[in-house]
Amino acid sequence: MAASLRDTAPRSRSLSLQGEGRGEGKRAEAIAALRAIRPPLQIVVDDEGLKPFETDALIAHRETPMLAVLPESEEQVRGIVRGCRALGVPVVSRGAGTGISGGAIPRRDGVLLVLSRMREVKRIDVLARIATVEPGVRNLQVSDLAAPYGLFYAPDPSSQSICSIGGNVAENAGGVHCLKYGLTTHNVLAVRAVDGEGEMIEVGSYALDAPGYDLLALVNGSEGNLGVITRIAVRLLPLPERTETLLAAFPSVRQAAGAVGEIIGAGIIPAALEMMDRIVIEACERFMGLGFPKDAEALLLAEVDGGAEEAAEALAGVRAVLERCGATEIRVAANEAERERLWKARKGAFTALATILPDYYTMDGTIPRRCLPDVLDRIMELSAEYGLTVGNVFHAGDGNIHPCIFYDASKPGELERAEEFGGRILELCIEVGGTITGEHGVGIEKLRQMCLQFRAPEIAAFHDVKRAFDPDGILNPGKAVPTLKRCAEWGGMHVHGGRLPRPEIPRF
Amino acid sequence: MTEDLIPQICQRVAEAAASKTKLRIRGGGTKDFYGRAPQGEPLEVSGYSGIVAYEPKELVLTVRAGTPLAEVEEALARERQMLPFEPPHFDTARRATIGGIVASGLSGPRRPYAGSVRDFVLGTRIVNGKGEDLSFGGRVIKNVAGYDVSRLMVGALGTLGVLLQVSFKVLPRPPAEATLAFELDADAAIQQANRWAGQPLPLSATVWQDGVLRVRLSGAETAVQAAKARLGGSEVADAGGFWAQLREHRLPFFDPGRPLWRLSLPQTAPAFALPHPQLIEWGGGLRWVSGELDGPQVRATVAGLGGHATLFRGGDKALGVFHPLEPAILKIHRRLKQSFDPAGVLNAGRMYDF
Repeated sequence: MAASLRDTAPRSRSLSLQGEGRGEGKRAEAIAALRAIRPPLQIVVDDEGLKPFETDALIAHRETPMLAVLPESEEQVRGIVRGCRALGVPVVSRGAGTGISGGAIPRRDGVLLVLSRMREVKRIDVLARIATVEPGVRNLQVSDLAAPYGLFYAPDPSSQSICSIGGNVAENAGGVHCLKYGLTTHNVLAVRAVDGEGEMIEVGSYALDAPGYDLLALVNGSEGNLGVITRIAVRLLPLPERTETLLAAFPSVRQAAGAVGEIIGAGIIPAALEMMDRIVIEACERFMGLGFPKDAEALLLAEVDGGAEEAAEALAGVRAVLERCGATEIRVAANEAERERLWKARKGAFTALATILPDYYTMDGTIPRRCLPDVLDRIMELSAEYGLTVGNVFHAGDGNIHPCIFYDASKPGELERAEEFGGRILELCIEVGGTITGEHGVGIEKLRQMCLQFRAPEIAAFHDVKRAFDPDGILNPGKAVPTLKRCAEWGGMHVHGGRLPRPEIPRF
Repeated sequence: MTEDLIPQICQRVAEAAASKTKLRIRGGGTKDFYGRAPQGEPLEVSGYSGIVAYEPKELVLTVRAGTPLAEVEEALARERQMLPFEPPHFDTARRATIGGIVASGLSGPRRPYAGSVRDFVLGTRIVNGKGEDLSFGGRVIKNVAGYDVSRLMVGALGTLGVLLQVSFKVLPRPPAEATLAFELDADAAIQQANRWAGQPLPLSATVWQDGVLRVRLSGAETAVQAAKARLGGSEVADAGGFWAQLREHRLPFFDPGRPLWRLSLPQTAPAFALPHPQLIEWGGGLRWVSGELDGPQVRATVAGLGGHATLFRGGDKALGVFHPLEPAILKIHRRLKQSFDPAGVLNAGRMYDF
């Protein structure tokens, strides 16, 4: 979400989901209960120590937790949940704090359960291609450890060098290789967690399926609402023998988007298919000087992988399509160094964008791919309407757009305007049959749009799911799913009579 | 009008809930053998049929639950695409419906290498046990808004909702295919299949039976040729029919006169002796046993290896069809059932005793 190059913290905003104050009596009781846990665990109670935990990566929002705990074992996690449940104190889990929808933002009346110390890699079973890890293990660490065996862990969110696997499961994290390799939910075999009643649950299996309902599907992407994850088994895949990367310049976004559909229509599933628009290209050009044609309106970065023959064949196929679709320049990486250079523009895009204005707000909607050109045109119209610049760098293959809205937080009202603009973009995604979040999660950021995407009985079903795992509602309450009351207050169009604001729009 | 069926289904379910009348959801009726005995009045849903949207370039297909799987497969084949999880029809008349495919959650030979039914479900529209028409997920490939209730429906055997419509991610059909055979004992076959799965090879199915491991390769022509050269073995000509018979349980191994057990195990679990013939699929992850087994005993053995056992077809269902659930997990199941279907009218008792 909001990112900034500045050292000083942006203006903080308090959260409406917070309880009334910290409640000193409750706090003393919670400290006493947590100190009784054996073996003893680190409890942070002083304001200085709590400072680093005030926010995740949705840094425009922050809050000081009642206190923070840093368990090192499953038993301690269980003790924390049981202790907090007995006192009716909410528990907010936090991994590496890289989430950008505010899922790990603390509550003033709640305990922040920090899982960064549970970071042991329990086992890498090479023959079975399964890594069993604690939640605090970093995403990239899994692939690094698996690499000597010719294996890797596929989901690769942009924060992969620091984000944790536990957080990835909580958010059902994506990345740049989802079209071929899927999201976190497709790559997790089993999860162990402490549910809202303090009981250990194991969902999924080391086998290819488990008896009963697919509870693992619910836990993936549950944003800390259904359990505190203590152990995860992930699927490792064979490293491709060969990877081919190419970058193509297009004179229009429409042509680039057309090429995306044509590649897939030709029966090729690229490992990655990323697009950048002119604002982003120019920022990258100024920041990194990659020497792209000045008149390029869109860049498409495509990667194909597999066996050597397979990758070569796919590369030729992609190249032919790009030429046919009007690419003005195509660069194919001849070696690993060139490949990294091509990725540099994509990976460095957000850093480059920050040179435009100090603050930006990244959106995360998914739309049917065929709608890309129209939705991008519409975003540009909204950009003019709000007087805020927007750059587009996104996962074109998945139809997952990440418009970045630039604003200056030092100007009164500009953050609010950026947020309103962002909300309009998400509503646009719903209108064309898409979703308000492709991979970043709802957190606190998109609660309002949840009321637009879902009708009251659907929201009610989500609350039923939560109650099945956490009947007292102590795990990360107020995040991920809005209350029906909030939806009604926001003008909840779906609440009365279950009618949609625009019934002609297919919403399935 | 097809769309009129939705309010009719909603009303029927709401009335059933009010009068506590159990409903047995029925599509093509091809999976009646699976699970505990269906109970209640039939709720026919096969009339709600037809492909709603299919755009090959989007890799997304939206289809009404009553649509025959055969119709969907033909539409996909015309665009050289497929449902990658190879769901079985289990019916020579090919009456299996999409709703039944999703409700039973059964995947075919390609499952370990491409993914299962749930991996390809993007969204569902259902009627819950209160007669409410609900939509979850969507028609896009990446979507993390709300809990993944769509995937919860996969394999729930209709106990949480009547499926109305499903959106799937689909994939291009690999242009080339080849089958290789290797003479190996069960343990060596399991080891070999797992070693190969850890290498960048275009594997799309494996099966072991009677000392022979068969491996299917699917992909670009060049990739299949290169893999053939690398793996060796002897090539099986025209093996398409063999894999279809495996998927549909029409190989002689699947003797309809005998009970069929389905053992789902970690892929690398060692082979173990049982008094009946075994057929091992999914690189060791799925082991079929044809014959009467001591249920509690086989369940204990399989659970000890990290798996679970299902009495898939026939046999004495009195001791339970599906593997018993751990108490903490069972508690969550009961609460989900209670909230999605408070009157307990949808496919009651089809999976467990709720």
